[in-house]
Amino acid sequence: MKQKKWPEAWHEVTPGCMVFTPGSASTYKTGSWRAQRPIWENKQCIKCGICYMFCPEGCISETTEGFFEANLDYCKGCGICAHECWPQAIAMIEEEV
Amino acid sequence: MGKRIGMEVGIAAAEAVGLCNIDVAAVYPITPQSHIAEHLSDIVHDGRIDAEFITVESEHSSISACAGASATGARVYTATSSQGLMYMHEILPIVSAMRLPVVMGNANRAVSGPLNIWNDHTDIMPQRDSGWIVMHAENGQEVIDMTIQSFKIAEHADVMLPTVLNMDGFQLTHMIEPLEFPTQAEVNKFLPDRVPYATLHPDKPMSMGCFNMPEIFTETLKAKDTALINSKKTIVKIWNEWEKQFGRAYKPVETYKTKGADTMILTMGSMGETASVAVDELRKAGKPIGLVKLRLWRPFPLEELRMAIKGCKTLIVMDRAVSFGGAGGPVATEIKSLLFHDKDRPRIVDFIMGLGGRDVTVENFIDMVARAGKKKDESYEYYGVRE
Repeated sequence: MKQKKWPEAWHEVTPGCMVFTPGSASTYKTGSWRAQRPIWENKQCIKCGICYMFCPEGCISETTEGFFEANLDYCKGCGICAHECWPQAIAMIEEEV
Repeated sequence: MGKRIGMEVGIAAAEAVGLCNIDVAAVYPITPQSHIAEHLSDIVHDGRIDAEFITVESEHSSISACAGASATGARVYTATSSQGLMYMHEILPIVSAMRLPVVMGNANRAVSGPLNIWNDHTDIMPQRDSGWIVMHAENGQEVIDMTIQSFKIAEHADVMLPTVLNMDGFQLTHMIEPLEFPTQAEVNKFLPDRVPYATLHPDKPMSMGCFNMPEIFTETLKAKDTALINSKKTIVKIWNEWEKQFGRAYKPVETYKTKGADTMILTMGSMGETASVAVDELRKAGKPIGLVKLRLWRPFPLEELRMAIKGCKTLIVMDRAVSFGGAGGPVATEIKSLLFHDKDRPRIVDFIMGLGGRDVTVENFIDMVARAGKKKDESYEYYGVRE
């Protein structure tokens, strides 16, 4: 049976809202909170990985070519990666509503 | 049952906890406190019980340590008072939301400012909406009995909520009373081991105290509210079990000489003892006065209160705290609101008194009954305030 994202009704809430499935926080896709998204200009990227290390969400990963990208299901658009990227390879652009 | 012995009530509360097979106590024993923490520490460190006594750096930490210990399945106790309870405030709703059966003893003492260490209810009233089961003891024997009952209530599978047992600071906690203790075997018979709903353990990963999105927060709070409301049934059941085993009855709302009474005094805590003497005197003088005592404050026993005040024309509510800039004392405000739609509800007179350790005597109660009779409206009044 497919697990529900969250209980439908109040009486389906487990006591204390306890969660018995480890890692289930990943089903909460918080990317919708984002107002801006990071865009990488790979020509300027030196593959240092500082964006990957500083991302507080842990949603930046390395591609097979050694560049980096954000998982937009979870990226909240905080811009820390762009701020920390000293070669300025990351630009934050407005999300269109 | 053993024989009666003279003992300070604060120490007796610790002795009662000592009979309850606790695993962890976390307490910050700075003033304002009571002798509960001090004596419980003696009991643990003298090796009389096998428990961990955690000395923490604040009440914020003591209640947090209790929550953590309780989440691992331990039986947990803490005690506090006044400013200490205020400092726990942030964590209290978290403990109840996580459905952790932490048991607390609170020596009711005034909250600063101005600085005052004496007895009133200004410390517990701001905790009203924390989702805890809130009970008030009237005398030392009730402190012993209700401390033991608290563990059974809190940990019951149909409850799983923290409890706070209020005992009036000084008036109870520092008073030496003749007290009767159940034996260890009797307590063991009454109080089963805790069977936790879930425990934090590395072998079985799970999460407690999870983040709630707006999509689920309302449902979670309604579930918590319903759990607290439903706990009353189990509380009453456990009190009946206690009566059966020990012969002393406990009810959410206690009554004294209310039969045929058209005026009733309503108290919480130790004040009920003095008020009952006033009722005796008024009855002797032929006045139909009765006494109603609220033992359970949360969940609020509305049906039991309605039964208790049947036929009452004037209900005199004794409030030992004030909701500044509001409708008066918290107890009267709440009763007025709950009875608002009742057609034959009594006139409710609200006296704010006994603040910051000011004594309320038998004569004061008799005087308040006379004043209540003359009062035209339902506005609140600071009884005995110097004009």
